[in-house]
Amino acid sequence: MKYRSVFDIIGPVMIGPSSSHTAGAARIGRVARSLFGREPKWANISLYGSFAKTYKGHGTDVALVGGLLDFDTDDVRIINAIDIAKDKGMKLRFIEEDAVTDHPNTARVIIGDHNGELELVGISIGGGKIEIIELNGFELKLSGNHPAILVVHNDRFGAIASVANTLAKYELNIGHMEVARKEIGKMALMTIEVDQNIDDKILIELEQLPNILKVTKIVD
Amino acid sequence: MFRNVAELVELAISQNKKISEIMIEQEVTVTGRTREEVLAFMDRNLAVMEQAVEKGIKGVTSHSGLTGGDAVLMQKYIEKGNFLSGETILDAVSKAVATNEVNAAMGTICATPTAGSAGVVPGTLFAVQKKLNPTREQMISFLFTAGAFGFVVANNASISGAAGGCQAEVGSAAGMAAAAIVELAGGTPVQCAEAMAITLKNMLGLVCDPVAGLVEVPCVKRNAMGAANAMVAADMALAGITSRIPCDEVIDAMYKIGQTMPTALKETAQGGLAATPTGRELEAKIFGIPLKEK
Repeated sequence: MKYRSVFDIIGPVMIGPSSSHTAGAARIGRVARSLFGREPKWANISLYGSFAKTYKGHGTDVALVGGLLDFDTDDVRIINAIDIAKDKGMKLRFIEEDAVTDHPNTARVIIGDHNGELELVGISIGGGKIEIIELNGFELKLSGNHPAILVVHNDRFGAIASVANTLAKYELNIGHMEVARKEIGKMALMTIEVDQNIDDKILIELEQLPNILKVTKIVD
Repeated sequence: MFRNVAELVELAISQNKKISEIMIEQEVTVTGRTREEVLAFMDRNLAVMEQAVEKGIKGVTSHSGLTGGDAVLMQKYIEKGNFLSGETILDAVSKAVATNEVNAAMGTICATPTAGSAGVVPGTLFAVQKKLNPTREQMISFLFTAGAFGFVVANNASISGAAGGCQAEVGSAAGMAAAAIVELAGGTPVQCAEAMAITLKNMLGLVCDPVAGLVEVPCVKRNAMGAANAMVAADMALAGITSRIPCDEVIDAMYKIGQTMPTALKETAQGGLAATPTGRELEAKIFGIPLKEK
């Protein structure tokens, strides 16, 4: 079931005018920000389908940038997010794409600074609910509703077990888990949704395990 | 976990509970939050709805200037007393409009189930409040009942205008409101489902065709009529009128209609009212761009 909570239906509390095109867009931006771990210096945002056709009217652009600035759906600063970002020196580019995507409300967000880049594809499925369907070229399915750990690792025996063992040691319960890879034996991505926020020291410990390349988290 | 309206109603009947109670209990189970936390969270959402209506009743205008002030006009008209339909229904219309005018003006609202359809549920709730004098707890329950039906629609069909047209947004909202009104007025779980079915049947096929892509025209007035539809359907269900097509099948029909609806009529501002000469003219004026082929 895509929707699990009554507050997906009666909620979120948000700045208007559209739950999918404003609140959902803010959430996509905020997940990108959370995964990037810091405020990006630039953002190239491609909009598809209904997002591309109506983003100006719905404030989708403003909301996505609000998310990149770490604003929640009910943060009134969303209204001025583009101005705030520009004042901070963030370079923004919006691209209206003609390509047909599986979901009508799709955004591809590429953000970065001099230390790195992140590319993410998010869809806004209605009522403010979103899913992240691609991250740095890996296909995944992430709701952004729960705290999550994302682990980039080498596709080798035991990598998944070692991560699971560490989480078990700290009594962290796994709610949902997915593994994706581009090619056998190359780089892979573990997406692990957990019930509570994860302490940074656990992330550092995970990162030191064999075959683990990078660990990031999404906080609730 | 209930998967459809039939299971929801069956749970309520077999446990001799209200629909709202089934929803509250499921939320506690699924999220691991306490009952008090779940109720407090809904109370906060209710407070946001109250504030939005209060603000809209006083009068707001959107940035585009397309919408605003109609909630005020309706309240003044009701005060004069020579209306034709009925006070409760017009009050619901006014308060639904108030909420959506605030939404269009980028104010703070609670999506129910979406922002574009956020007026219907609170509009009807605050209108029937005058008539039924519910406790705060009962008003919170109203939102759980509405949420239970919306939950079924969201999981079995869609609540997105881009995916299913306006029938999925205002249609769903109106059905949710009708069911919640019935429970608050003392109707049975079966009558709640009948009210939802009757409402949604009358919203089938409604397209999403916002002028200039803005959640304003015709969204605000669709919320007005969604609220009116919900009120009448609730009265019909309470009168004992039933839907010949079961609620779950109506929801399924809505989903299939949404799938076959052309993209131009699903929140792309390419068809319907958005593509009328006046719609195009407004679009050009708002964005300061010349009229172009879309």
